[in-house]
Amino acid sequence: MPPDSPFGQVISLSSKRLVTDVPAPNGGDAVLRDVLAGGPFDAAVTGFVLACLPDTVAPVLWVSDRMSRRENGRLYGAALRRFGFKGRVLRVEVSHPRDVLWAMEEGAACAGLAAVVGEIHGAPEVLSFTATKRLALRAETSKVPIWLIRSGDPGALSAARERWRVSSAPSQIHPHDGQAPGVALWEAELFRARGRAPGLWVAEYDPKARTPADRLRLLPRSGDGSVAADHGAAADAAGG
Amino acid sequence: MDRWRRITAQQRTLPGDDVPVVLAQQGTHGPVIHALSMAARERGIMQGARVVDVQAIHPDLHVEQADVQGDQAMLNRVAHWARRWCPWTVRDGTDGIVMDVTGAAHLFGGEPALLRDMGVRFKMQGLTTRLAIAPTRGAAQMLARYGTASTICGADDVAALLPPLSVAALRIDIDTVRLLQRLGLKTIGALDAVPRVAMMRRFGKMAEDHNPLILLDRALGRSADPLNAPADARRWLARARLLEPVIDPVPHLDGLADDLCAQLVKAEQGARLLRLTIYRVDGEWRSRDVATASASHDPAHMLRLLMRKLDGIDPGFGFDLLTLEALRVEPLSQHQDRLDGSRDASADVAALLDRLTARLGPEKITWSTWCESHLPERVEHLRPALSHAPADAPVLTRDRPLRLLAPSEEITVLYAVPEGPPARFRWRRVAYLTTRHEGPERIAPEWWRDRPGTRLRDYYKVEVGDGRRFWIYREGILGDGRGNAPRWFLHGIFA
Repeated sequence: MPPDSPFGQVISLSSKRLVTDVPAPNGGDAVLRDVLAGGPFDAAVTGFVLACLPDTVAPVLWVSDRMSRRENGRLYGAALRRFGFKGRVLRVEVSHPRDVLWAMEEGAACAGLAAVVGEIHGAPEVLSFTATKRLALRAETSKVPIWLIRSGDPGALSAARERWRVSSAPSQIHPHDGQAPGVALWEAELFRARGRAPGLWVAEYDPKARTPADRLRLLPRSGDGSVAADHGAAADAAGG
Repeated sequence: MDRWRRITAQQRTLPGDDVPVVLAQQGTHGPVIHALSMAARERGIMQGARVVDVQAIHPDLHVEQADVQGDQAMLNRVAHWARRWCPWTVRDGTDGIVMDVTGAAHLFGGEPALLRDMGVRFKMQGLTTRLAIAPTRGAAQMLARYGTASTICGADDVAALLPPLSVAALRIDIDTVRLLQRLGLKTIGALDAVPRVAMMRRFGKMAEDHNPLILLDRALGRSADPLNAPADARRWLARARLLEPVIDPVPHLDGLADDLCAQLVKAEQGARLLRLTIYRVDGEWRSRDVATASASHDPAHMLRLLMRKLDGIDPGFGFDLLTLEALRVEPLSQHQDRLDGSRDASADVAALLDRLTARLGPEKITWSTWCESHLPERVEHLRPALSHAPADAPVLTRDRPLRLLAPSEEITVLYAVPEGPPARFRWRRVAYLTTRHEGPERIAPEWWRDRPGTRLRDYYKVEVGDGRRFWIYREGILGDGRGNAPRWFLHGIFA
C-alpha cells in the first residue's frame, strides 16, 4: 500500500494498481454513475453507457433534455441492435433538466427497468449535489443502475459513486482497408470512485464477445508502455 | 343525407332544392353513389350507380364525399335515443332502427299515435323516416322500406300486405334477386306459392341471413326472430356527499378510490380513464381526467395519479359532492405476484408509464416503431407509449451512428478532394481534419415518396484528428441536373 501523506491517502498510479484493479462498470451493481463527455459532440459517451447497460430484455428508461438532443443529436434506435444492445428503450424527451431529474427519480423507483439513463447538457442549477445524492440513494435502494450523461460540463460536484470521463480515441486499424476507421476505441478515465483507485484506460468494445461481461474491455493505455511490462515484474515481486 | 345536410348547413350554403345532390363512397371501380337527395331521386338516379355514369347523364350533379363511419356512429346514438319509446331498440343494417314496441304502444295512445309521435320527433331532429309496424321484425323491415308510408300491419294483415312486395324487399343479395327474377318469381307472393321442396334444393346451402326462404319464414312469423338489444353500459361511479361544503378534495379521495376499486375488483374490471368531478355549491362543476397505460384497480395508484392533477382544479366557495368515475374500463383479472416472491416487472413499468404521462404529457414518453426505409431518418418513429406497444428493432446490415442529428446540419468544405469526403471541413464553427474515411454508401431518394428533384446521398464515415467519428453525406452529384454544386451535410455521430 502506498504511504498516507498528511493530505490524505496518496493513490499512486503505479503499474500494479492500474492492471489489477480494473473496474467493471458493466458489472451491474446498482449505483449512480456519472459519465462526462471528454469533448463536445462526442458520441463515445453514449457508446460507453450502452456497452455497460445490463444485457436483459427489460426496458431501459432513456431521458434527455432539449439541449443535449440539440447539441449531440438524438439516440438513434435503429443502430442499437447492430451495436449489440438488445433491450428496448423507453424514451422520455423533455425540455428542461428539472423534468429529466424528476423522470429519472421516478424511473429509479421502478424495479421493472433494466437501467435508467439521463442526459443533461451543461451544468444547470437544478443538477446540484443534492439532486445527484437523491439519485444515488434511490439507485441503491431500488437496485436499478442509473447513468447520468453530462455533456458540456466542466465537472461540477456530484454524489455519483463512480465518475467517468469518456472521449473518442483514434480507432484501430481496419483489417481490410487502411483508409477506413476500424474498431472504435474510447479513452475512459475514472476520476472519482468510492472504494477504488481512479485510473485511465482505453476501452475497447466488442459486441460479438461470448459473455456480456467480456464485451467492454478496459485496457491500460498503451502509451504508458512500461505498464504491461512492469506488471509481470510487480506480480513476481509481490509473490516473492 | 340528412346528416350531411345539417353539417353542411352550418358551414356553407346548401345547393338549391332542385339541384340533385349525391353522396359518393369508394367502390371497386371508382366512386359509387351512397345516398341521394329528393331531387336526385326524382330524376331517376339509383343508389349504387357509378358517379361518372350519372355525371355523364346529369352534368349539373352535385357530388359530395359520404362519411359512412360517421353515419354509423350517429345511427347508433339515434337507436339509443329511440329507447324513449320502448326498451328494446337495435340498429338495423346501415340505415334503419328496429324497435320492439310490444306492450309499449298503449303508453302513447295506440299504434297510430305512436307512429305519428315517432314521425314528428324524428322530423324535429331533422331526419326523414319511413315507418311501419308489423307483427314480425322481417315484415316491419319490408313494409318500412318497400310498403306505403306509415303502414300499420296487424297479425291478420301480414298475409295480405306482404305478397305484392318485390322479392328485393327480403333484403337478399343482388345475385339472388336476379336469380329469382329470372325464375319468374318477382313478388313475395309468387315465391311463397312455389313448392318448398323445389326451392330448398336450390337455396338450401345458403347462409340463414341470405336464404330467401328462411327470411320469408321469419317475416311471416313461421320461425322465431327475436330482437337482441345491447344492454346499457354500466357506469362505474363512486360518490362522496358531504354535509358541509369543503375546499380541499384530498381527504375524500381515499374513500372514493377505495369504493370505485372495490366495484371494479368485484366485476374483474380495471379502469383506463378516470374522471374526478367536484360539484360546487354555486352550481358549477369542475372535472379532471386521468388516463392509465394498463387497466388498473389499485386505489393507491389512482390516488397518486389524481394528486398530480388536483393543482389546477378551482373549488370556488367549496363543494359538497365529489364523484370519481371510470369512463373506460377493460377486463382485468387479479394479478398474482410470481411464486419466487418477486413482483411482476411489466406491471411496474406500466405504472411508471402512467406517472410519467400524467405529468409530462403523452407525446414525450415514447416507444420506437420501425418502418422499412433506406433513408436513416425514416426508419424510426417515436409513438406515445401509452397507446402503442414497443416493437423489436430491425437488425441493420450497415453501420449506423448511435446519435442522429435531426435535421442534418450543413458543413462547409474547406479543402475538397475530387473523390471521397472533404479533407478539411468546418461544422459548428470548428474546423476538422479528416484522417480516415470509409464510403461512400449511396442512398437514393425514395421516388414513391419524395418530391421529384430530390437528390441522392453519398454517405461517408469519417474520422477526424482526435478520434471522433462523424457520418457525413454529399447531397447529389455534380451534373445530375438537379441543382447546383452538391452540398455536404453532417447527419450523425458514431460512438
